[in-house]
Amino acid sequence: MAIISRGFAGRRSATEVKLPPGQYLTTDFPVLSAGPTPHVSLDRWEFTIDDGSNVLKRWDWKSFRDLPTENITVDLHCVTRWSKLGTSWEGVSLDVLLADVKTDLSYAMFRSYGDYTTNLPLKDVMNKQAWVAFKYDGADLEPEHGGPARLLVPHLYLWKSAKWVKGMTLMPHDRPGFWENLGYHIYGDPWQEQRYSEQ
Amino acid sequence: MAGTAVLGTVTWRSASVVGLHDETPTATTLALAVRDWPGHVAGQHIDVRLTAADGYSAVRSYSIASAPSADGRIEITIERLPNGEVSPYLTQQVMNGDELEVRGPIGGWFVWRPEQTGPIQLVAGGSGIVPLMAMIRSRATVGSTAPFRLLYSVREPGAIFYRDELRSLSERRDSLIVTYAYTRVTPKDWPRPAGRIDAELIGSGTWPSNLQPSSYVCGPTSFVEHTTDLLIAAGHDRERIKTERFGASGERK
Repeated sequence: MAIISRGFAGRRSATEVKLPPGQYLTTDFPVLSAGPTPHVSLDRWEFTIDDGSNVLKRWDWKSFRDLPTENITVDLHCVTRWSKLGTSWEGVSLDVLLADVKTDLSYAMFRSYGDYTTNLPLKDVMNKQAWVAFKYDGADLEPEHGGPARLLVPHLYLWKSAKWVKGMTLMPHDRPGFWENLGYHIYGDPWQEQRYSEQ
Repeated sequence: MAGTAVLGTVTWRSASVVGLHDETPTATTLALAVRDWPGHVAGQHIDVRLTAADGYSAVRSYSIASAPSADGRIEITIERLPNGEVSPYLTQQVMNGDELEVRGPIGGWFVWRPEQTGPIQLVAGGSGIVPLMAMIRSRATVGSTAPFRLLYSVREPGAIFYRDELRSLSERRDSLIVTYAYTRVTPKDWPRPAGRIDAELIGSGTWPSNLQPSSYVCGPTSFVEHTTDLLIAAGHDRERIKTERFGASGERK
């Protein structure tokens, strides 16, 4: 039973939007990053898929942008408790990037410029669940929001949507990435409120 | 280390307000006595939950301002946001003896531990001073001689948090060096016109990059973007810069 704070009324949302537990709505786009924003030039940008020993796929910016893209509108849920609804993005589906990759590995570590990492089960980034996004709201993605390109995995907390993504390493077993090593949940489902690791 | 940093985050603990005072016209410091508080590391934050009589509740995160101590007491400083849901309550309505709930401490990245003996550069924008103040207080409490330097950007002189304490800490031996930057209004006869931190101020107000300080930068997103770019341009190693940002919208974080 929660303690009632004397005189606290709160502000309920007028429109009954269903949010994951413990989240509140915001309309702007807060930024959370552990370090300085990398500024990655497009002529040095690349995205690679490897299996820990061999590079299986490699795109530079031009060949990446020649891939078919999708426009997606999704809700974002950050572990720091803000949710932002109906954000629109353009990106390349991971289904496209993984189309020719034959593997029996079940997990991936996503890697970013600036050395950020985050882990995901492969089944969570396939079947129209994840994109490498390069436009937000019709404009090139700003560096502070992860540009030139970031991962977008909207069904999990936003730390899984690695900014400045530069590749993925396929793995046989799940391993924690950057925040997952610092006490955040290994999977991060906002609807289960999987914020912290000891849950 | 990773595991210990967030111990205790799942449990909501009852806390009562045992002290409060205004830092500035828009910011208030609350002292909370938290039942079974497990202790924290400077730089960590807590979740605060307020529950209304009908069961509606709201949760926000606030950085801890106080040094780690064993007495189960922590302090947070809250900047009132005009359209906030929680911060107006915590800065204007709350009274001594009021009860709320706290979960934490949370965060194992943006922290300073007394074992760190190397030079530290702190850069604060506005209420971004709060977790950095916990580091400054932690250093003083344990008697660390790690060289600490603070570059603190505020809108105007009246917006400085912890002003007297920062002054007295910077007058001690093995002291902290504090440099202020004013973005809108300066004190009388201040040598620099009001404005954003620039390369010159990074040069005169922070450790030179060849000392290889660890830097902690906290403030609004645009402030953090701007000042970390300047630090990197001044030769600081990006791997040694840790950041914590808060959005324009937001209650802290």
